[in-house]
Amino acid sequence: MTRLTPAPPPGKLIDSPPFKVNAKKELANPVLRKNLRFATHTIRAKRRLRVSEVGEEAWQQLRDAAAEIKDRVARHLDTYLLQLEETLTAKGAVVHWARDAAEANQIVVDLVKAKQVQDVVKIKSMVTQEIDLNESLEANGVAAWETDLAELIVQLGHDRPSHILVPAIHRNRSEVREIFLREMGRYGTPAPADLSNDPPVLAAAARTHLRNKFLAAKVAISGGNFAIAETGTLVIVESEGNGRMCLTLPETLISVVGIEKVLPTFDDLEVFLQLLPRSSTAERMNPYTSMWSGITPGDGPQELHVVLVDNGRTQALADEIGRPALRCIRCSACLNICPVYERVGGHAYGSVYPGPIGIALTPQLRGIKSVIDKSLPFACSLCNACADVCPVQIPLPEIIVHNRNRVAEAKQSERRPHLETTAVGAMTWVWKNPKHWEKMLKLAGLSGKALAALRVQSLGPLPPPISAWSNARDLPAPPAQSFREWWKRNREGAQ
Amino acid sequence: MNTAKDVILTRIKSALADVPSAPIEEDAPVTWEYGKVAEMPAILDVFVDALEDYKATVYRVSAAEVPKTVVKALKSKGAHSVVLPAGLEASWREAIHHAKIGIHDDEPPLTAPQLNEIDAVVTASRISIASTGTIVLDHTPDQGRRALTLVPDIHVCVVAADSVVSDVPEAVAKLKASITAGQPLTFISGGSATSDIELQRVEGVHGPRKLLVVLAE
Repeated sequence: MTRLTPAPPPGKLIDSPPFKVNAKKELANPVLRKNLRFATHTIRAKRRLRVSEVGEEAWQQLRDAAAEIKDRVARHLDTYLLQLEETLTAKGAVVHWARDAAEANQIVVDLVKAKQVQDVVKIKSMVTQEIDLNESLEANGVAAWETDLAELIVQLGHDRPSHILVPAIHRNRSEVREIFLREMGRYGTPAPADLSNDPPVLAAAARTHLRNKFLAAKVAISGGNFAIAETGTLVIVESEGNGRMCLTLPETLISVVGIEKVLPTFDDLEVFLQLLPRSSTAERMNPYTSMWSGITPGDGPQELHVVLVDNGRTQALADEIGRPALRCIRCSACLNICPVYERVGGHAYGSVYPGPIGIALTPQLRGIKSVIDKSLPFACSLCNACADVCPVQIPLPEIIVHNRNRVAEAKQSERRPHLETTAVGAMTWVWKNPKHWEKMLKLAGLSGKALAALRVQSLGPLPPPISAWSNARDLPAPPAQSFREWWKRNREGAQ
Repeated sequence: MNTAKDVILTRIKSALADVPSAPIEEDAPVTWEYGKVAEMPAILDVFVDALEDYKATVYRVSAAEVPKTVVKALKSKGAHSVVLPAGLEASWREAIHHAKIGIHDDEPPLTAPQLNEIDAVVTASRISIASTGTIVLDHTPDQGRRALTLVPDIHVCVVAADSVVSDVPEAVAKLKASITAGQPLTFISGGSATSDIELQRVEGVHGPRKLLVVLAE
C-alpha cells in the first residue's frame, strides 16, 4: 500500500540500541554537532537574559509556586481529573479515558473515521508523539499533517524529532531548504523553485504549503499545555499561529492530553505563563496562547473531544522519587543546558523525550525492560545544570540516580553474572575489612612495582570485557608504594 | 464493568497510598500570592517597548484620533479590504468606509477561504499586559470570533490605555470573568513568529504577519 504521508525511519524507538552505541554514531556527525552547539548556546544566552529581567528572587518564587501547584495536582490527581471531566462535559466537550497508547490511538482513529475524512491537521504535541498517533492514523488510511514548522521539517525529511520544543534542531537552514525543495511538491503545494536558505523565506514556503491544508481541514488534533479543572479550559502555548489555525478553523477538534497536565484553577496560569515562555523559547511571552472552554457557539470547532491519557503516568506517580518528573511542562530548558545533549543530540536517546527529562521520565513511563531504557539513566554526568534551570524544580539528577539504582537492582535480581556487579561485589569484600584492604594494596603495590620497572605510567584501553569501561578512561598505573605503607615506615615508625 | 476511567482512577489511588487523607490545602499548600499587581511607574512605555521588541508597529494617539489612525495603519500596509466585527466602534467603521477600503461583515459568517481573500482585520481588545507586550482578546462582539483575527494577514488592534495592566497575574485575575462567561481567549504577543530554524526568531508564519497597535490614551 502506498503511504499517504512521508515515512519515518523504520523500526520503533523502544527497540533502539543502547545509548552508548547511538551516541558514538551521532558523535561522528560533525554537522550535527555544529548545529546543536550553535542552537543550544544561542538559546542558553537568551534564556539567561529573560530570567534576569524577572530578577533572581522573583524567579525563584515563581519556581517554588510552580512546584507546589504541580505537587498538589500529583497528590490529588484523581480529584482534579474528575473535576476536569465534569467541567469539560458541562461545556459541551466529550471526555475519553485511555489506559495506554493503543487505547488512545484507537479512540482517535475511531473518532476520525466517523467523520469520514482522509486528512487531519495536527498541532505539535509530545503526547501524540509518545503514542505514535500519526502512524496509527496512517495505518487506518488517514493522513496526519504536522503543521508546526519544525515538525513539518521532520515529517517531510522522513525523520524523527530530536528535541521536545524544536524538533528539527539537528537541521540547519541549508538542510531545511533541500528537504522543502525535494518533498513539498509530493504532498501538496511545492516550494518555489528559487527557494533560498534564508529562514524568513523558508517560513514563507511553509505558510504557503500549509495554507490550503488549514482552509480545507475538517478535523484537527492537538495536545494541551494545561487543562484547568476549575473551568474546563484547555490551553495551547505556541508561536506560529498553526495552533490557532487548527483550534479555530476545523469543525471537530480532538485534544489528546496527558493526565498530569491538569491544573487546579485558572489563576494558576499566572505562574506558568510567566515561567514557560522564558524557559522554552526565551521570550517574555510566546506569540500566541489560546484558551478555550468546551464549545463556544458560533466560534471555532463545534465538536470537541478530550482524550485523557495515562500511558505509564500512574506508574511514575507510584514511584515517590520519580513522581516529581510529572511536574514537567515540556519547556526543554534542561535539554538546552545539558552537556551530554549538546554533543549527542536527541536521536541518541531512542526516546520521544530526550535529554535530562527524557532519562528521568522515560524509564518511569516505559519501565526499564528494553535495552535502550536500561541504558538511558547513564546518559548523564550528574552535573546538576538541568536542575538549576528547571522552571518546576524537578530534582532531575536525583531521579536519574534513582533510575540507575532501579537498573542495577533489576540486574542483580536476574542472578546472571555481570562484570559490573561482580566487580562491585569484589570491592565490597575488599572494603568490608581492613585486612582485606591491606591485602589488596599489597597486590596493587606488587603490580605497580612491576609496571614501574617497565616504565608504564598509565593503563590505556584494556582487553574486553574491561574495555567497556577503560575505552573512555585512562587508569593510572598503581603506585609501587601505598600511602598506608609509607605512613607506617615514615611516621608511625618515627614516633 | 472495568472501564478505562475506573482503571486509571484505581491506579491513581493505589499510586498515592502514601498521601494522607487530609484536605488538599493542608496536604499540599501553595504559598504563592495570586493576582499581585507589579509596581510599574511608566506602564504604557513598558508596554510599547515590549511590543516594539516583537517588531509590532505602535501608534500612540488620543482617543479622538483613533478612527483616522486606524485608517492610516491599514493604508500603511496597503490593505484594500478589511473584515470588521459586528460590535466595532461605529466611528472607526465610518472612517474606514470614508477611506474607501472595502468592508466585509461577518454576517452571515464568512468561510475560511473567504476570509483568506481579505487583507486585514480591525478589532478592539479586552486587556493588555505591559511587561510582556501581550494583547488579550476575549472575542466578544468588538473583537469578533477567533477566525477573524487569524486568517487575514494584517491585524490592526486598538488598545485602550486603561485596559493595560502591569503583569501576567493582574491580567489573569481580570480575565477570569471572560472565561467564566464561556469566552475563548487569545493572547497575542507580536505577529506570528517561529524559532524553529536554528533557534533564530523569524517574524511571520501562519497567523497575521503584521500587527499594528493603536494605543488610545
